[in-house]
Amino acid sequence: MTAASNEAVDFVNMMLRSIPHADALGMTLVEIGDGSAVAKIAYAEHLIGNPDTGVVHGGVITSLLDNTAGLAVQARLQSLGGIATLDLRIDYMKPAVAGEDIYAFVECYRATSSIAFVRGVAYHTDRADPIAAVAGAFMLGTNTVRKPVN
Amino acid sequence: MTPSEILRSAAAAGVKPDLAQLIAAIPYACYLGITVDRKGTEVTTVLKFQPHLVGNVGLQALHGGVVGGFLETTAMMQVIFEVGAAEMPKPVDINIDYLRSGRAVDTYGRAVITKQGRRVVNVHAEAWQEEHDRPIAALHGHFLLPAEK
Repeated sequence: MTAASNEAVDFVNMMLRSIPHADALGMTLVEIGDGSAVAKIAYAEHLIGNPDTGVVHGGVITSLLDNTAGLAVQARLQSLGGIATLDLRIDYMKPAVAGEDIYAFVECYRATSSIAFVRGVAYHTDRADPIAAVAGAFMLGTNTVRKPVN
Repeated sequence: MTPSEILRSAAAAGVKPDLAQLIAAIPYACYLGITVDRKGTEVTTVLKFQPHLVGNVGLQALHGGVVGGFLETTAMMQVIFEVGAAEMPKPVDINIDYLRSGRAVDTYGRAVITKQGRRVVNVHAEAWQEEHDRPIAALHGHFLLPAEK
């Protein structure tokens, strides 16, 4: 990564610390691109959904994918303007492994003047072998003035 | 007791599982602050507002993932209550529609089983705050039941 992108990652991580629930889940940004983001949540016991297996709850994956998708949209728009999730579809491909950190890669592959479309995956180490896949849409310009979209 | 032990002992006794006890055995549900209020056959989940659930400080709005996790839990509780599985059902896919922003107050959830098959259950769940007919989000999804032994 270049120095400039490291700076962007630090900036977004500072921003994530100011989002109470992202902070509570220990969400951190790993990488940010023109219209994509990689973020992670470290495994923790309070995130477990099934104590028999130690696997994290689906809601943790939903939070990670939703937040990472939002960052991908903002990265594409080059703006921190207000956005709101319209919908998310999450397909659970296989159970997460107990004790392992969870990563999300989400790209914003299309944006109109009012809507952005995202798709991505949650995974441990290999994006080609995902725990879950996501597709969703975001409403743009929900609470502040936004720069025009290309 | 773990969730599986709670479900197995209820199934063995031929009674409905104690959903309040079940939810208390799920660490993430406790972390969010989800409880279950059962009145006869009507199951309502309750998400007590807490500051760590906020996703947008400016709007004091609940995080979308919190609302999603709450609805997934609501749907799961309904499946367990109605179908009486001896293991936790597994989510296959979920669709969440965000209808209004979730404010800094308590949220309630209810789910209806749309179709129950042999292995898969289709569920619809809704979350609301002060007014039941102004839902903040809706979920529909499929849950896989444990294979019959």
